[in-house]
Amino acid sequence: MTAAMPRGRGKNGVLEQDPKLPPVAVSEKDHERENRWTLPKILLWAAIALLGAVAWTMLAIVRGETVNAIWFVFAAVCTYLIGYRFYAKVIEKYILRPDDRRATPAEILEDGKDFVPTDRRVLYGHHFAAIAGAGPLVGPVLAAQMGFLPGTIWIIVGVVLAGAVQDYTVLFFSMRRSGRSIGQMARDTLGRIGGTAAIIASLLIMVIIIAILALVVVNALGESPWGVFSVGMTLPIAIFMGLYLRFIRPGKITEVSLIGFVLLMAAIIGGGAVAGTEWGQAVFSLDRTTLAWALIIYGFIAAVLPVWLLLAPRDYLSTFMKVGVIVMLAGAIVLVRPEISVPAFTDFASNGAGPVFSGSLFPFLFVTIACGALSGFHALISSGTTPKLIEKERQTKFIGYGGMLMESFVAIMALVAAISIDQGIYFAMNAPAALTGGTVEHAAAFVNSLGLTGVHVTPEMLTNTAAGVGEPSIISRTGGAPTLALGLAHIMHQLIGGPSIMGFWYHFAIMFEALFILTAVDAGTRVARFMLQDSIGAFFPRFRDVSWRPGVWVCTAIMVAAWGYILILGVTDPLGGINTFFPLFGIANQLLAGIALAVVFAIVAKRGRSYVRWLWIIAVPLAFTAVITITASLYKIFSPVPGIGYWANNAKYRAAQAAGDGSLGTPEVVEAVIRNTAVQGTLSIIFVVLTAIVMVVAVIVGIKAIRDGVSDDGEDAPVPSRRFAPAGLIATRAERGLEAQWAEHDAAQPVGRGASRH
Amino acid sequence: MTVIARTQIPAVRSAPAAWRWVRSAASGIRWYVTALMGDSAYDTYVAHQRAHHPDAEVPTERQFWRDRMADQDRNPGARCC
Repeated sequence: MTAAMPRGRGKNGVLEQDPKLPPVAVSEKDHERENRWTLPKILLWAAIALLGAVAWTMLAIVRGETVNAIWFVFAAVCTYLIGYRFYAKVIEKYILRPDDRRATPAEILEDGKDFVPTDRRVLYGHHFAAIAGAGPLVGPVLAAQMGFLPGTIWIIVGVVLAGAVQDYTVLFFSMRRSGRSIGQMARDTLGRIGGTAAIIASLLIMVIIIAILALVVVNALGESPWGVFSVGMTLPIAIFMGLYLRFIRPGKITEVSLIGFVLLMAAIIGGGAVAGTEWGQAVFSLDRTTLAWALIIYGFIAAVLPVWLLLAPRDYLSTFMKVGVIVMLAGAIVLVRPEISVPAFTDFASNGAGPVFSGSLFPFLFVTIACGALSGFHALISSGTTPKLIEKERQTKFIGYGGMLMESFVAIMALVAAISIDQGIYFAMNAPAALTGGTVEHAAAFVNSLGLTGVHVTPEMLTNTAAGVGEPSIISRTGGAPTLALGLAHIMHQLIGGPSIMGFWYHFAIMFEALFILTAVDAGTRVARFMLQDSIGAFFPRFRDVSWRPGVWVCTAIMVAAWGYILILGVTDPLGGINTFFPLFGIANQLLAGIALAVVFAIVAKRGRSYVRWLWIIAVPLAFTAVITITASLYKIFSPVPGIGYWANNAKYRAAQAAGDGSLGTPEVVEAVIRNTAVQGTLSIIFVVLTAIVMVVAVIVGIKAIRDGVSDDGEDAPVPSRRFAPAGLIATRAERGLEAQWAEHDAAQPVGRGASRH
Repeated sequence: MTVIARTQIPAVRSAPAAWRWVRSAASGIRWYVTALMGDSAYDTYVAHQRAHHPDAEVPTERQFWRDRMADQDRNPGARCC
């Protein structure tokens, strides 16, 4: 046993293992032996690479009339496998260098509540449920206006080289710092200025993200009695679940989630019946402004209510639905294998004149699809709960890198669902009302005038599609959610239920997106309030006391007012809303990614000389995010094209106002555009300034560390581990051997070592 | 006849094995779902307290969940977009 044990590396023997315990890590020798290339392994990886290459060829080079959706699945999965097996391994070996002989925070600080060594497969599910929400379902749908290829390449390549790298490294470094948040790491690593900029940016980003997600929900539910009823029913259902868990059967979460799920299905079916009645239409047909106000009031109430009543139970429901729906959609795509007739590229990729959002492929594709390829928001999650639950250091690759690959796969499925519907219908749904005029005749004429090859819609097609899913209209249902819902309904009805059940599937999809978003709205408002309370607390200490109700109310009201203001601007925007505001969402998210990568860059630079050679692994995605966020922001600030530049548009409408020119709309419309573009333009300026500060500070810190030969990145002192668990999804032979030794050891102990199953 | 009998015998013999397999798969799924959703949080906590602080008082399950929710109220966690 002792022979197989790795030698302690520490000079003072800090990592010498307890000789009475079985080994806590796979020995170097076994590790090397298992990594040796054998013929079957070479053949397997050659086959994966070959299948991936064929799939990419089918997508990118072969130009048939249609392409089968199955190639998207193969291209994605094979690329992920190769990225995970090879690139993530390089990161592990040269940048992070995890050491299973070191105890993780979960082991050192184990308290049975916040710090719990958790089975890696369970934690993978946890982490995935925390990172994946509505984001990967929206961006790819909007980006489909450029054709399927730009989005597909960015989602798949971006995740391997950028998104998963960020999640993995942030998770690892947070774990080495007892689960410190990215904000705290920024302060520790970048000093006061960089740290403060990072915290202001996170707060601002939170506000933008909540506002845009809320806008997506409002757009999906506006004038849709079925949707309003079924999504509205989630509130009483969640409250019922909360009461059940509090007073009837505490802790029976799976049981209550199943009950909630059944009630949810009943609400969707019931919604169809209610929407068919006259009173149902009268009560539940709400216009978008009313819905926006309802959401703002709801947001305030939900954020001050105790979590057990609404937030926690809905979160359970949302986790339950998330995993279920994703598995279902993946299965359906593989079984139905829809033929895709959308071209690989449309002219909008190069001319930037797309109706869904304006701007050409570079840089706007990369800010439209954030979640799924690279999402800065994940840095908040990867440095929050997850690092406190990791059992062994080497599991960070599976959870951090692997978790993000799964999110990317969700984004690919959303893209496939969106492009499986008719392209003409896609544009009629996603072009703003300012262009489609809101009627089927106008919308059909507009879409046909876009000059897209193979696109011809008739007003009847649009009316029939709407009727097929039980909606009054599908014209200008911007925001991505309705398009995805239609795509999902289109795929699912071929598998289960036939055309008569399209309406059910459509509202099922709307419902589960709304669930994610409402949870994100509540949780985001709470986190933002918490940050604000903390900041105000620096001047008025009373605000730090989170149980002081007036402080809670004031700070909640401020945060709700902030996102509510942007939401109202978006809803009433004469130019559309999603098309003008969505770029801000993407820019904000990528900016946060830039900050996270900058922090990681500085940490790696401080680790020592042998790490500097591999710093490019972080520098490449960092430089890329810097370039896209800064370029996109500069376009948004300085572009002279009114469709792209916020200030150019502002000047155009100001000139019209001064000249009393009524050709751009009524005075109120002109006024609204001037106000909205000013808000958008100001936010763009703040974002770009904050990004520049953080990046510059990080580069200075990094270069200084390299020059001074620093070899201390500020992580916690190592503590020897006293437990073992495999690193990846499937245990290797050596890992199984160690597990058996541990099982034998544990059985010989008088007290069992917890209920965790290996 | 004999052919049928032959195929039947292993089927009969392997029935308990197949049943065992189904049962272990079902219990695996049950373990995963309940662990993921958090049903086992209380048991984990009790096991931890018994092993590390045998003298400390263990709260009831009801109280445990109340405290946990109160913790979440004080310390909100983000959910991603």
